Amino acid sequence: MNEATTALALETRLLCKSFGALTVADRIDFRLQRGARHALIGPNGAGKTSFVNLVTGALRPDSGEILIDGSVVTELAQSVRVKRGLARTFQVTALFRRLSALENVTLAIAEREGVAGDLARPAGRYRWIIEEAFALLEGLELAADALRPVNMLAYGRQRLIEIAVALGLGPKVLLLDEPAAGVPSRETELVASVVERLPSDIAVLIIDHDMGLVFRLARRITVMVEGRILVEGPPEAIAADPEVRRVYLGEHERR
Amino acid sequence: MADTLSAAISIGFHGLAFAMVLYLISVGLSVTMGMMGFVNLAHGVFAMLGGYVVTSLMSRHGVPFAAALAGAALVTALGSIVVERLLYRPLYGGDDLDQVLLTMGLVFMSVATATYLWGPIPQPMRPPRWLSGEIAIGPRGFPAYRSFLILSGAALVTVLWLGLERTPLGVRIRAAVDNLRMAQSVGINTSRLFTLTFALGSGLAGLGGGLGADLLAINPNYALDNLVYFLIVVAVGGLGSIRGPFVAALLIGVADTGFKYLLPELGAFVIYALTMAILLWRPRGLFGRT
Amino acid sequence: MATAGPVRADLRAESGAVAVFARRHRVHPLEALPWAAAIAAFALFPSYLPLGAQILATILFALSADLVLGYAGIVTLGHAAFFGVGAYTAGILAAHGWGEPISGLIAAALAAALLGLISGLVVLRTTGLTLLMQTLVVATLLHEAANKASALTGGDDGLQGMVVWPIFGLFRFDLFGRTAYVYCLVVLFLGWWTARQIVQSPFGRSLTGIRENVLRMHAIGAPVMRRRLVIYTFAAGLAGTAGALIAQTTQFVGLGFLGLERSGTILIMLIIGGVGRLYGAFIGVPLYMIAQDRFSAIEPVYWYFEIGLLMVLTVVFARGGLFALIDRLRR
Repeated sequence: MNEATTALALETRLLCKSFGALTVADRIDFRLQRGARHALIGPNGAGKTSFVNLVTGALRPDSGEILIDGSVVTELAQSVRVKRGLARTFQVTALFRRLSALENVTLAIAEREGVAGDLARPAGRYRWIIEEAFALLEGLELAADALRPVNMLAYGRQRLIEIAVALGLGPKVLLLDEPAAGVPSRETELVASVVERLPSDIAVLIIDHDMGLVFRLARRITVMVEGRILVEGPPEAIAADPEVRRVYLGEHERR
Repeated sequence: MADTLSAAISIGFHGLAFAMVLYLISVGLSVTMGMMGFVNLAHGVFAMLGGYVVTSLMSRHGVPFAAALAGAALVTALGSIVVERLLYRPLYGGDDLDQVLLTMGLVFMSVATATYLWGPIPQPMRPPRWLSGEIAIGPRGFPAYRSFLILSGAALVTVLWLGLERTPLGVRIRAAVDNLRMAQSVGINTSRLFTLTFALGSGLAGLGGGLGADLLAINPNYALDNLVYFLIVVAVGGLGSIRGPFVAALLIGVADTGFKYLLPELGAFVIYALTMAILLWRPRGLFGRT
Repeated sequence: MATAGPVRADLRAESGAVAVFARRHRVHPLEALPWAAAIAAFALFPSYLPLGAQILATILFALSADLVLGYAGIVTLGHAAFFGVGAYTAGILAAHGWGEPISGLIAAALAAALLGLISGLVVLRTTGLTLLMQTLVVATLLHEAANKASALTGGDDGLQGMVVWPIFGLFRFDLFGRTAYVYCLVVLFLGWWTARQIVQSPFGRSLTGIRENVLRMHAIGAPVMRRRLVIYTFAAGLAGTAGALIAQTTQFVGLGFLGLERSGTILIMLIIGGVGRLYGAFIGVPLYMIAQDRFSAIEPVYWYFEIGLLMVLTVVFARGGLFALIDRLRR
């Protein structure tokens, strides 16, 4: 029993959250394996974003437990969960707008290394942090834009910098909230290939609507509807599942 | 015992009058700030303008009181439209600092302009003959003007609240304050609605400034001196709330009057401490949205 | 993570980015300019030294406001509260028998920093309008307190009877303002150097992150409240030091030191030069104060109007102040 639980990068047990009559999380039992490539899908209003917020700590659950790498984090603040290995990207790009790409990533690495609170020494002395940040950007083919303010870059590249910042935290669990959202279709390929090449020891959870992206990147899919998990399994099984078809087709019919 | 009761009634009465003035001036600020998220520190300028219009029309041109009030409301409403369209509009959704700077700049300009036009001495407020003196309610006499202030304030507030509840315009205003984007997606022309709401709020402020000229003295520093009060009423009441500022105004009005009467050495100090305490407990105000 | 990527030459050019980034804190020759100018002014304008001392102290005040506003992104209307507390602390000490300037300065800085810490704990938990309003309430509260405690503070008339002893027992504060000028210059230099260190440190960098996107800052695990509190407290201490300098060199403290006007005008001075650049203060403050010295004596009403107009025009046409304007022209 212990062996099984320590292999989990992220776990929720009977996670519940309601806003009055609206239940956004209904006894969610979710498991994310180490090194997983997992996707969370579901129609609008299914509670996916609330789930992410509950996991990261932006939202407090009514009941239930959240565990990162086997230890309970339910009561811990957002910033502490980050230290425990949780990183996320945002659906709408949330970068340090007027700061350069390099600065964005170094801020994250500095936090990880615990030196971000240093008042005494110039930031430039932490050369190795800057080099690691640059290497991260290089790996995402963003090196040419390293010194440019991120609000001057194409949106697709901004989405990639989001991922770079999250990677800079050295996470065990990476939550990608609609990584290709708002990206023009010609740049989606870039984002997809970056996600494919993520280090295999990071557990990745992608929340998305884009079925093409999901089926390409995920080895396991969880479908959420109205705050509950409907079904979970490998992509082929999900694609063939009649319940899933009904939920999605039903949505299409309503339009 | 009779003394404390008498004192309590006095404090309640004058506090209520003060609260009416504070509310009439501040409600527009609460609604427009809640709707557009725009930090308008120059709101007091419209109240001041209303005060100057009423006092000037009455003392220099002999205009009757009611007409002067109407004139004040009209002038401030129209003036606010100009300011909103020209200066405020480009800054919506922008940096807080820009909004603070712009509106503070307007306040400074208002101080200079008022000094130039009317001089540094506070404008005397002479209520019309039919409102001077005292009226008797039961065994006591109450100042007639303040009684009128309370009654007309209550009437205005009632009309305002009914209007916001029942009329189509009122519904649209409340929808936009509640959720601007959703209001836009339902087809409400929010930019025109905002100008209208802003004009209404500023007109009310002008009215409040004119009515309350003997409680909040009309002098060039008006917008600066009273800014804290208006902001307190809005913040304690809850940004975007319509009823909230009324409760806040009551609290502030009565507390201010009470403490100035009972413990004059402390003065307004208590109000500020009270505000900090309330905001510590409820950072979004008593009726603020979470 | 690096794959078969760019050609060697490109790689060298791009790792130049790392070198550039790592060099940011190095002192640039141009940075000596303000100090050279200050020393030159000492020699060239001997009759303007009292004004000069005021300008130097006000630059320190503006610098402290820049740390809070420009770097941490905390929009406050009550920064003068710290300035005023520092001034009154130094002033009350000097008026009640302890006129030693350096210790008075330190006491003022500590008093202001303490106020910064206490008010920061309350105020910094919120953002936006609530924060703005709370800073205004704190400042107004202190203004009211100073007004009521007139036995101690002199109330409306201001603090009278300050006697400031010579610095180190040697340098008297004379009518020509020479001692005052050098005193303010040295304190400004120390304050500036410390501020510069902080701004260039990882802590300072993280402040700009807090300013740009608080949400993202939380998401990378930064203790946002703690960082804001630290800079708020430090800036309060710096502002208090500036207030003490003014009190000691003019031998006067008044209620206006604490008011909304003082908070507002320091913002303007900062905006003119440019916020968040550390040097905006060095440009905006002298420009404003020299202009005020020239023009406001003629007709104070017009001055007020012009300042208001300047603020409005700056927002409408020249956001970011002179520095940003220069940036834009360069492109």
